[in-house]
Amino acid sequence: MISGSDTSFKKLNTINRRMFIFSAAKIVVFSGIVARLFTLQINQNKKYLTLSDKNRLREWKLPPERGEFTDFFGNTIAGNLKVYQLHVVPEQVEDFKYLMVRLKDILDLSEKQFEKIVKKKKSQKPWETLVVSENLSWDQFSKVNFYLHELVGAKPVLSVARSYPHNENFTHVLGYVAQASPSDLANNEIIKKNHVPGLRVGKIGLEKAFENDLIGSNGIQRYEVNAYGKRINQIDFLEGKKGKNIRLTIDTEVQKLSNELLADKSGSISVMDIYTGDIIAMHSSPSFNPNLFLYGISQEDWQKIMENPLKPLINKTVAGLYSPGSTIKPLVALSALENNVISPKFKVKCTGKMEMYGQAYHCWKKKGHGYMDLRNAIKQSCDTYFYEIARKLGVDRLNKTALKFGLGEKVFGQTFIDEKKGLVPSTKWKKDNLGLGWVLGETLITGIGQGYIQTTPLQLCLMTAQLANGGYKIYPRIKAEKNQDSFEVIKSKIEIMANKKIEDEDTTISPIIKARNFLSTEKNQHKILYRNQENIKFILEAMWGSTNEVMGTSFASRFDDKKYQFAGKTGTAQVKKITERQRELELKAKDMPYEDRDHALYIAFGPYKNPRYALSIIVEHGGSGSTTAAPMAKKLFKLIIDRHEEREKVFKQNLIIS
Amino acid sequence: MYQTRSITNQLTFFQKVRSFDFILLVCVLIIGIISCFSMYSTDGGDLLYHSKSHAIRFFVFFLMMIVFSFFNIKFWHSTGYLFYFIVLGFLIWASLYGITASGSQRWVSLYFINLQPSELMKIAIIVCFARYYHRAQVSDVNSFKNLLFPITILIIPIALVVTQPDLGTSILIALSGLVVLWLAGLNIKYFIYSSLFFVISLPFVISFLEPYQKLRILTFFNPDKDPLGAGYQIIQSKIAIGSGGLTGKGFLKGTQSYLDFLPEKHTDFIFTLFSEEHGFTGSTFLLAIYAIMIFRILRIGSFTRSYFAKLYCFSFAAAIFIYITVNMSMVLGLLPIVGSPLPIMSYGGSSMLATMLGISIVMSAKIYNKQVIS
Repeated sequence: MISGSDTSFKKLNTINRRMFIFSAAKIVVFSGIVARLFTLQINQNKKYLTLSDKNRLREWKLPPERGEFTDFFGNTIAGNLKVYQLHVVPEQVEDFKYLMVRLKDILDLSEKQFEKIVKKKKSQKPWETLVVSENLSWDQFSKVNFYLHELVGAKPVLSVARSYPHNENFTHVLGYVAQASPSDLANNEIIKKNHVPGLRVGKIGLEKAFENDLIGSNGIQRYEVNAYGKRINQIDFLEGKKGKNIRLTIDTEVQKLSNELLADKSGSISVMDIYTGDIIAMHSSPSFNPNLFLYGISQEDWQKIMENPLKPLINKTVAGLYSPGSTIKPLVALSALENNVISPKFKVKCTGKMEMYGQAYHCWKKKGHGYMDLRNAIKQSCDTYFYEIARKLGVDRLNKTALKFGLGEKVFGQTFIDEKKGLVPSTKWKKDNLGLGWVLGETLITGIGQGYIQTTPLQLCLMTAQLANGGYKIYPRIKAEKNQDSFEVIKSKIEIMANKKIEDEDTTISPIIKARNFLSTEKNQHKILYRNQENIKFILEAMWGSTNEVMGTSFASRFDDKKYQFAGKTGTAQVKKITERQRELELKAKDMPYEDRDHALYIAFGPYKNPRYALSIIVEHGGSGSTTAAPMAKKLFKLIIDRHEEREKVFKQNLIIS
Repeated sequence: MYQTRSITNQLTFFQKVRSFDFILLVCVLIIGIISCFSMYSTDGGDLLYHSKSHAIRFFVFFLMMIVFSFFNIKFWHSTGYLFYFIVLGFLIWASLYGITASGSQRWVSLYFINLQPSELMKIAIIVCFARYYHRAQVSDVNSFKNLLFPITILIIPIALVVTQPDLGTSILIALSGLVVLWLAGLNIKYFIYSSLFFVISLPFVISFLEPYQKLRILTFFNPDKDPLGAGYQIIQSKIAIGSGGLTGKGFLKGTQSYLDFLPEKHTDFIFTLFSEEHGFTGSTFLLAIYAIMIFRILRIGSFTRSYFAKLYCFSFAAAIFIYITVNMSMVLGLLPIVGSPLPIMSYGGSSMLATMLGISIVMSAKIYNKQVIS
């Protein structure tokens, strides 16, 4: 020790003191660390545990299985087809280029397809599945399986895809599915919730209308993933729910016949149950094969559909607007009778044309019909007679009757997004929309279903049905529901209503209001549309004459067998104004250019004795209603009535007896 | 050397062994074993590269520590300056011909080990200062002339390490040096003045920092600003520790580390992994072992007779404490992320070597606690 003991002592004193201070600081700091640990691990444990789980757990949503469509008899009309697909997970492939070249060879891929797949691969993460082929043929599938040992990383997979076994038969009713677009996601919460890449959703038709029922719910696979997103192991698997199956009221056989009848023609056929409002068939022609849209339609096929002059993309049954032509006449006659404008005995002499303020209004029969009463005028479709009663009736009263029977209003409301309202003109309508006053001449042509008036084929069918059931409102439907009233129940309800009316006749309150009050307690009220049912019976009888009596416009299409006998009304709607010169020439339809030819229409109901079904047929540019459309009705009624019993059987099975 | 041997002769081998501090030894052993298991966990439950080499290093350096413990404390006193200059030499070597990894030139390649001299400097600076202040009078300590030498001794290695660049280690070296100065009795006003100077110059210092270092400091104040970039490490570390809970997720079951969410889990973030798997209980246990270790070193220091040994032990205890605190505070989000290993626990040969060397000097101080150094 060189230094003195005094300084040495001082030195030791200093170091001990400072060490003590330092030790105290250490205790404080260590306590601080323990406190911090306590906060993180004990107090905020839950928060960090969730964060940790959020890190490591990832969910994969599996595409939900879509519900199926069946027809009334339970046959699948839109199902899920098992398809063979080829998946590749690039991460698991040693030599991607080699694999792709081999696959190109085996699957016979075109250069374009090949490039598309390679491009797709670049846009994905390496652990994401790359779908090389969405739909392998059985040949390709077995070939891939045969060479599988050489194709490391390729996985042949069994998957499901939408299929429409009846191809073009149900296209416009069902619509089709395709990959969900951003606007689908934005507009439908349920699609958004269940969406997975590549999910197909309804784009139009019932596939779209019932999307929320059909879609089902996702299956969920929960995986543990590492920091780079790679799946390490599966933790959990929740099975998804299949979407609801939907049974339609349509009869596939009738639907198919409709398609056959309208083959190579442009037009529409609708068939309806006049009591329940069930749509038996609803076809728009020409149609196309919705299966083409499943994997993205080829440019060539799309071009073909787009450029078809017969416009296959339009659902003409609900979105096609046509002048009803003579098919409106029963309604005009009814309106005239109901408003006491004429009596059935009212007579008009038809000379082939009618002059009004210097303007000539022609009857379709150049020579004229001679003296006509109402029944004959309907039966022979005399235009002159209807000019006259339309003139007496006025357009506004006609408008009221037409609206009551369902014209000028969407039949299905929201179900078909492309459905059109049509137009039933009135003086007010013209003033509001065109700013012009109504002209009497327009009333005349409205009386024969020309001019402003426009209807959809389905509206005409509904109108016919509501006439045929005796004048009661019905609510058309396409989705078969279990808890529906049987036809008898509906009929008896209607009868009770009618009796009630008679009982109440001596009271001071209007019987119609009474009946309506009674009916308003029902959900779907079968509102009375007539003032005097005798008028409707008269019209129906005249329609029977039109089909089943000599001189009737559709006499050629009659049935002699009472079982099939139907009653109808033809219609021939002019597309272009006929010039005087053409009228003299008496041009035949086949001599005119296609787009100038008249539309052929037909409305009918049957069997006449005990009506159950109503239909409407429109053939665009088909010539006259009696030669083109009415014969179709004959074939349809044969089939419909033959299938009636079977339909009733299924109907009764599905009743809920309460 | 002759003198050393003559004094050794005064104690028999068994006496030396008996005067070992076994509690300290056991603490080191426990931490070593824990570190081996943690390393095994970072390898995903396999005996892979990290766990194997860590276990071997621990074993070798632990033996080395025991052997070095038999050296007389006088030996360390006499070689104090030499030790410092050898390490400084390595540092200069590293800055000239060193091995570069992840943008920093820190290592020199000896044929059996890649040595990181900056880690050894943490110990060397303490030994060197202890030697210097062993002789100095209290009155002399605060004279400006006598301050020049230690400051130069301190500044040179710090400057070398900062330019590697390795901010974390240079801060730790600086703190080690300052701790010795404080314990040696340097007037408190120097510390106040210099810290004032430091605070004032802080903006200038920051302006000289590399962009990534600035980012780290910014990240510390707001880690959620860029959770996938700069803030990722600290956020994931906090998630790992926080999700450990009271008893942890279980050995080999730390999802944050097992699934690679945790960065640098072998080295700086080893405590995070341990804390995730063993929870609050495990963490406090480990902390307690460290605390006992520090306490034992302080105790050895207070029972030793020579001022050199005393100053060394106190300083070394303080330094170890600082390393632990800085590392833990960092992974707990209490300090910005600077590279600083957790003694013994973290993977890394140089750090292990330095710590073991430091402990062996402490042990030697224990065995030769009656030794008087003139």
